[in-house]
Amino acid sequence: MKTFNYHSAKDVKEASKLASPNSAFLAGGMTTLPSMKLGLASYKDIIDIKKIKKLSGIKVSAKTVTIGATTKHVEVANSKEIKKVIPSLAALAEGIGDPQVRNRGTIGGSIANNDPAADYPSACIALNAMIITNNRKVIADKFFRGMFETCLKKTEVIEAIEFEIPQKSNYQKLPNPASRYAVVGVYVAKHKSGINVAVTGAKSCVYNDSDISDALKKNFSASAIDNVKVSSSGMNSDIHASADYRANMVKVFAKKAVEAC
Amino acid sequence: MASLVGSRVERKEDKRFLTGKGRYTADINLANQTYAVFIRSPHARAKIKKIDTSKALKSSGVVDILTGEHIATDKIGGLIAGWAIRSEDGSEMKCPANPPLAKDSVNFVGDPVAVVFAESLDEAKAAAELVKIDYKVLKAVTSLADTMNSEAIHDGIDKNLCYDWLLGDRQKVKDAFDKADKIIKLDITNNRLIPNAMEPRACVIDYNTASEEITCYTTSQNPHLSRLIMSAFGGVAPENKLRVVAPDVGGGFGSKINLYNEEIVCSWAAKKIERPIKWVAERTESFLTDTHGRDHITHAELAVTNDGKFLGFKNETIANLGAYARVFGTVTPTYLFGPCATGVYVMPAAYSNVKAVYTNTAPVDAYRGAGRPEATYTIERIVDKAAIELGMDPIEIRMKNFPTEFPFKQTLVHQIDSGDYVAGLNKAKEMSDYDGFAARKKDSESRGKLRGIGVTTYFEACGIAPSPVVMMLGCGVGLWESAEVRFNPTGQVTVYTGSHSHGQSHQTTFAQITADELGVPIENIDIVHGDTDKGTFGMGTYGSRSLTVGGIAIVNACKKIVAKGKRIAAKMLEASEDDVEFKDGEYVVAKSNKKKTIGEVAFASYLPGVRDEVKSPLPEGDEPGLIESSFFDPANFSFPAGSHIAEVEVDPETGNVRLDKYTAVDDFGTIVNPTIVEGQVHGGLAQGIGQALTENAEYDESGQLITASYMDYTMPRADNFPEFNLGFTCTKATTNPLGVKGCGEAGAIAAPPTVMNAVINALGGREIQMPATAEKVWKACQQNKKSNSEAA
Repeated sequence: MKTFNYHSAKDVKEASKLASPNSAFLAGGMTTLPSMKLGLASYKDIIDIKKIKKLSGIKVSAKTVTIGATTKHVEVANSKEIKKVIPSLAALAEGIGDPQVRNRGTIGGSIANNDPAADYPSACIALNAMIITNNRKVIADKFFRGMFETCLKKTEVIEAIEFEIPQKSNYQKLPNPASRYAVVGVYVAKHKSGINVAVTGAKSCVYNDSDISDALKKNFSASAIDNVKVSSSGMNSDIHASADYRANMVKVFAKKAVEAC
Repeated sequence: MASLVGSRVERKEDKRFLTGKGRYTADINLANQTYAVFIRSPHARAKIKKIDTSKALKSSGVVDILTGEHIATDKIGGLIAGWAIRSEDGSEMKCPANPPLAKDSVNFVGDPVAVVFAESLDEAKAAAELVKIDYKVLKAVTSLADTMNSEAIHDGIDKNLCYDWLLGDRQKVKDAFDKADKIIKLDITNNRLIPNAMEPRACVIDYNTASEEITCYTTSQNPHLSRLIMSAFGGVAPENKLRVVAPDVGGGFGSKINLYNEEIVCSWAAKKIERPIKWVAERTESFLTDTHGRDHITHAELAVTNDGKFLGFKNETIANLGAYARVFGTVTPTYLFGPCATGVYVMPAAYSNVKAVYTNTAPVDAYRGAGRPEATYTIERIVDKAAIELGMDPIEIRMKNFPTEFPFKQTLVHQIDSGDYVAGLNKAKEMSDYDGFAARKKDSESRGKLRGIGVTTYFEACGIAPSPVVMMLGCGVGLWESAEVRFNPTGQVTVYTGSHSHGQSHQTTFAQITADELGVPIENIDIVHGDTDKGTFGMGTYGSRSLTVGGIAIVNACKKIVAKGKRIAAKMLEASEDDVEFKDGEYVVAKSNKKKTIGEVAFASYLPGVRDEVKSPLPEGDEPGLIESSFFDPANFSFPAGSHIAEVEVDPETGNVRLDKYTAVDDFGTIVNPTIVEGQVHGGLAQGIGQALTENAEYDESGQLITASYMDYTMPRADNFPEFNLGFTCTKATTNPLGVKGCGEAGAIAAPPTVMNAVINALGGREIQMPATAEKVWKACQQNKKSNSEAA
């Protein structure tokens, strides 16, 4: 690991001010630190935002669940309030990585990193999440731009994520046996306003599968998905799963999610 | 006093290991030490055109940078293959030179080219990035099946072939096949594995400029052998000026048998730079450069009668040696593999033909089981296929071909001294509730799942020795083991063993057998290993040999102690030696209450003087002290055997395989410590199940290791396993006084075919190769669906 300057920001304003093209914010460090250790990334300045109290915590209102950016996966997984209103979200957090990762990793870090196989981005899409930063609010659909790419500016700090409480929802994933990231993860959510079928792991970026959601709009049941065609074009292919297998698993896990809703 | 052999004595090691007080190589820091960073080839195959260290040498904190040129100038020798194997045509095997630092060419990604020594690790790493190496990249040879048709990697090694070896009789096999009702054919791959010891390799070197002694602390399974190779072949220093210490070592599984490049280079360099050196592998280096395991492709055929009798077997295998032949690299796919190829069965005719080839991948060497898992996988898979094709139950076909009388002369080499395969399989059948499988399958099906059951019966040849045999087969050294037992004057016992413990709990097991032999409380017994300056020369630990060879050396040394003690006791007790009996730590004169404890005898043995009324207790001709040593060379290998039965549940929608039940019944002869043996079985099963379901080392066409981290190399985890259901049968080994057989590798040998037979059973007999990953299984389910609907 190359040497770098470590800063512990006392508030968001300071964190933002310290940021530069050659810096990284540090929350759980579950991706940033291994990347630095392996020499895949190096920064001049590391800006630790863990000590900013305002960024951590869970608030539940009648229509939304708002989770602070540095809230750890384990806190979401164990939150009684979340379990009550969006149990699938707590279950998703419970299934991320392993206990060590869940005790360090944060929701904001996961979303800012936008790993194509991360779990949380699918929750954001499915639950019409609003990403709240220090200078704007962005709807999830517009936030995730591509592989490891979001609309965040270098000085922009995610403060919280506001999820819409759905009528029904469920997340099912096929974990990568080695890393336990999603080979395919499907988050199905039924809102008053419509149905989202957010898919992670399958392509270079999380997406909403409109063919499946259209089928579910007509008939919210697993069998409604049977006749939907999921193309393997644009799907990821690696040593763990081919594009063809992933395409098939999108259907299988969408059905599992609908059944479990 | 109750015997400790057979009891669940708590591990003496636990306090140290469970409280984080182990002392591993990386825990050792020497004053004024420098830090080594190796610069490794990023290419699988290339010529080294030029190495420019000028800029790096000026980098902050750099002490020195050494390359293959320096190694060559100082005439430091390279790494060696420990076994010379002859081809079927009588020619000697072909091995390339393997210098500790590559000079002219590199042959796998990770092959070390240069080394930087600096005041700090960060400075060493920074300087390493400044070393400029010009390579001429050549086309890598990575496909095992095509290796012999590819360009030769090493000069003078035609077809990349190390040897083309045969064990058995081709004509006899042909005759047997001519008489067969049916020939069962099977093509399988034995997937390549990365051992993944928890502790990465490391070495710390001290050099004393005054005495010219080098001390090498290292992560080794056999420090004495490392010293021998480093001295005799490396020419680093004479053995008397070289001390090798393997302190606590966190797992080896065969990958730490070898002396590696880094130990030779750092030992040589410490003398050159006159500074201590510390090197600790990063996990990526472990993935790239620890010796890998398995990696065979095999075509096998089994000749059978219609009622399921085996007539003959042949096995044609290509084994991957990787870039270079290492210590056990050449014997693993031959004498550790071929003789076990016919399994536990009466097989009238058989042969194994193995072509071992070089590829541009990491060297392949012994890995838990070494050769025997590959052999067992082949025979147990083809026996199952025979059962399917003949419409027989997998237990029935096995029972039909078991030997029933022991000693059993196995087809290819071994004379198996003891065993009862029928009893083992019957016990496994009962413990696994084999008869209840149909009901469980129905239940799975009611939930939309498939269920399969798999059986394996195995034997293995372990406790690697005896010297006359292994040397005849090509081993460069004898594989006896040494022990020295020392009574201190005040009655405690220190036992020095040539074996090495890197997780096997020798401190406990060896103390148990010593306590039984000498009648001394176990708390007063210490086991010392792993330091060439402390004990006598020893051969180390691998091939499940520690107890069956090293343990017996301890028993024999104890027997010598008891015998000498008896002579002393007789004199002390003023009795005839014939009237003195040794029992539970006491020498007792028959039909009297006169006795001396062995502690008193030991004390007396150190006080042989004569003064006033005190007479010397030493009989005439005996020397003072109570110290004895023994070198044990057994009459044969030991032959553990067993029957394993697994059940899997498969989700046909996703291809996910869940291992639901696993029953293992093993015959390890006498069991010294059941808890430790169970732990050994658990560990072996975990690695064997890992091979069957998750683990796979993959190189791409250019020779890059794709699975070079835990993000891609799937180590199994606790949640991949059910609770293991273990049982034991016991037929004592007749070739050693304790009746013990090796237990360390059995799980890794038996589990792969057991699990794969279960998976293939769930798939209705459709063949797939290891590891049975979700996608492979899903594809097989899709194919089954397609052929079922076509049939309908």
